[in-house]
Amino acid sequence: MELRKVIAEIGITTLVGADLAREVRGGYCSDLLSDVLAHAQAGDLWITHQRHLNVIAVAKLRDVAGVVFPRGLRPSADVAARAQAEGVNLLIAEGTAFEVAGKLYRFLHP
Amino acid sequence: MPSPTRVIHKRIYEVAPRDLERAGTVSTAVRRELLALGMTPDIVRRASIICFEGEMNMVLYSEGGRIILLVRDDRVELLFSDRGPGIADIDLASQPGYSTAPDWARELGFGAGFGINNMEQNSDLFKIRSRVGEGTVVRATILLGIPFF
Ligand SMILES: Nc1ncnc2c1ncn2[C@@H]1O[C@H](COP(=O)(O)OP(=O)(O)OP(=O)(O)O)[C@@H](O)[C@H]1O
Ligand SMILES: [Mg+2]
Repeated sequence: MELRKVIAEIGITTLVGADLAREVRGGYCSDLLSDVLAHAQAGDLWITHQRHLNVIAVAKLRDVAGVVFPRGLRPSADVAARAQAEGVNLLIAEGTAFEVAGKLYRFLHP
Repeated sequence: MPSPTRVIHKRIYEVAPRDLERAGTVSTAVRRELLALGMTPDIVRRASIICFEGEMNMVLYSEGGRIILLVRDDRVELLFSDRGPGIADIDLASQPGYSTAPDWARELGFGAGFGINNMEQNSDLFKIRSRVGEGTVVRATILLGIPFF
């Protein structure tokens, strides 16, 4: 499913839209970086409360479709700038991680 | 000993201790280098993950060191060497879930204790050598083809 369709459907907003045509294949929820490197899959939307610079590195290395910050959490401007430079999509959800994951799951697996 | 294969590409990166702002830059650079060399996405991903975990461990636990990327005909090698406290019990440190990460690092999502395990899982050959009070050397090798001929 194309990321821009997912964004419209599950009601999240785009902070950095580096590549909204990216294909979303699933999702992964974790605040532990090594856990994400071990278990997230390329094309997953990564839902996390972490929002420092290393998140951008992990997102890039693991090749996720984008990073979703729940509860309206916003990374700082330098993190957003790094994401833009590295081509990593950043998204913000008003709901909790549980709610975003639920909506994403329901949309991808109707 | 098999004869050493030709070195195609070599890069040396310095890693500063406790510099979390810059942390991740070596793995990002290594990723870029390997893509430019035309490595497959699988090789690039494995090498990048190994490099990130090794880099983070040097940043968090050592007094600094260097990472060497060595691309040979038949393999990609990543060498991590640091000055620092060393690892007293390598088997214990390699166990998934074992971590001595300080609280400030855990708050940033480090300290799951999966780093060394991730390095090993993504390597074909993997070796840690360490001297307590001196430092640690980690060598991770990814073979590019079937290593029989
Ligand atoms: N270069 C090093 N020098 C000294 N000790 C190290 C070094 N690398 C790892 N260690 C020790 O080994 C432990 C396990 O490392 P590992 O990378 O597996 O997990 P972690 O760094 O604690 O957590 P994670 O990597 O999941 O964020 C560390 O907590 C630390 O005690
Ligand atoms: Mg680690």
